[in-house]
Amino acid sequence: MMLAWIFASPAERRLLSGGRLRGPTPWVIAIMSFSIMIIAASGLALTNTATLLSNAIEARYSIEVPGGGRDLQHLLQAVRSAPGVTSAQAVPEAEMRRTLERWLGPGARSEDLPVPALINFDLRPGADVAPIQARVSAISPEARIAAHRETVRPLLNSLRLLQWVALGLVLLLSAAAAAAVVLAARGALDTNRSTIDVMHGVGATDLQVTHLFQRRIAIDALTGSLIGAVAASIVLLLLATGAAFAGQLTGGATLGPIDFVILALLPVALTVLATSVARAAVLGALREAL
Amino acid sequence: MPATAKREGRKLESVAEFDSVGLRYGTGAEVLRDLDFRLANGGFYFLTGPSGAGKTSLLKLLYLAQRPTRGRISLFGEELSEAPRDALPAFRRRIGVVFQDFRLVRHLSAFDNVALPLRISGTGEDEVESAVREMLAWVGLGDRANARPPTLSGGEQQRVAIARAVINRPDLLVADEPTGNVDAEMAHRLLHLFTALNRLGTTVVVATHDVGLISATPGAQMIRLENGSVVDPTGALRNPPARASSEGLA
Repeated sequence: MMLAWIFASPAERRLLSGGRLRGPTPWVIAIMSFSIMIIAASGLALTNTATLLSNAIEARYSIEVPGGGRDLQHLLQAVRSAPGVTSAQAVPEAEMRRTLERWLGPGARSEDLPVPALINFDLRPGADVAPIQARVSAISPEARIAAHRETVRPLLNSLRLLQWVALGLVLLLSAAAAAAVVLAARGALDTNRSTIDVMHGVGATDLQVTHLFQRRIAIDALTGSLIGAVAASIVLLLLATGAAFAGQLTGGATLGPIDFVILALLPVALTVLATSVARAAVLGALREAL
Repeated sequence: MPATAKREGRKLESVAEFDSVGLRYGTGAEVLRDLDFRLANGGFYFLTGPSGAGKTSLLKLLYLAQRPTRGRISLFGEELSEAPRDALPAFRRRIGVVFQDFRLVRHLSAFDNVALPLRISGTGEDEVESAVREMLAWVGLGDRANARPPTLSGGEQQRVAIARAVINRPDLLVADEPTGNVDAEMAHRLLHLFTALNRLGTTVVVATHDVGLISATPGAQMIRLENGSVVDPTGALRNPPARASSEGLA
């Protein structure tokens, strides 16, 4: 049976010297697991933020009319009656000036400062913006239509880049955990070299020897992964409780049920990775001998 | 052919055959040269020779801890010089080895050390318990079953090592100076154990300097090594003993 190695007899458990949690391996894996969980949670939250933002602006457009809003109401009517438009609102001039005031200071309130008229509208998914452009140009030739997604594309690109960075860090930390396990497996092999020689001498197969190490490293990895995961969960919970997580880290996005399932599977995945790597390392090392 | 199948097959005439075998470690000179002999099934052999003659190297070839650098070695009718390493454990389970340095697992009790071959071959715990208790009692260590090797004397460790080597009733028993650390009475008991196993069909090869041991086993064959070559002035190896001759050893 493939998983028979998990269930070792007391006699088999006594074969390897040293006990569990006595070496650094479980603690190294705990640190890796903690870091992976935090980074993965951040990455998932970033993904959700990007999705939220993308969905919110995907179908949103602005009509900018340089020189003011002489034809504003006319334009607004034309846009609202256009096919595919689900909503359209004119941005009040006072709001425009308040916005400009952030950059220009009190001078933005001056009547001498020309402020363009602005209409925001949303299109139904799949609707074509070209007929609206034609209507708008017929009324106000200098008016320009801008898609919001083009405006925030650099921000979305940055968020997506950060997702990939998070994924890369998760993979990098997993690789580091795997490397730590290889070192631990080799150390355990060296420590138990004489026992292994005796076992081989009396007819033990490589798999019989490997299963002893595989089981011990699996337990160490699972213990370390769970310790790291619990610590990370506490930190994430504290951040979320303090509203900092939702507000600052994710920009309003929260983790969904699927995200929690992914996070819960990470310690298991790390354990499986560590066990597989340990098995390969031990088998490889044993094959170097006769 | 799997070792178990071979074990159940026809009776072999020889358990080991060496054909032009040579052995060198690394790039050094050959420590064993042109070994051509065979060990008859059920024979009792003493391996003698001065220190450095190659006795331990020859034993290593016999218990599959070393491959020859040239020539062919067959064990139990199978050519194993270039056999894949996955095939070797099944043959090792048919060989009992008593190492000169005992090679006990230090953190295991005497009981667990002796039980190791049985457990590795998949014997049930009930059978392991009774067999190991009996064997430990036989070598006079019935009350030291839970003792770990560092707390045992040299002689006691040697007896644990011998018990481990013979617990599986091996087809071939290889012993490197097995009586080097025991008193005369225990040496006699151990020799009795070896000859008893030999009567049951185990081929025994004992490397020793102990002349008393050799003289106490008059029917045994002698393999003398000098400078890595077998010296065989009597021709005994070319005409291996029949089973009857070794039965008279005890």
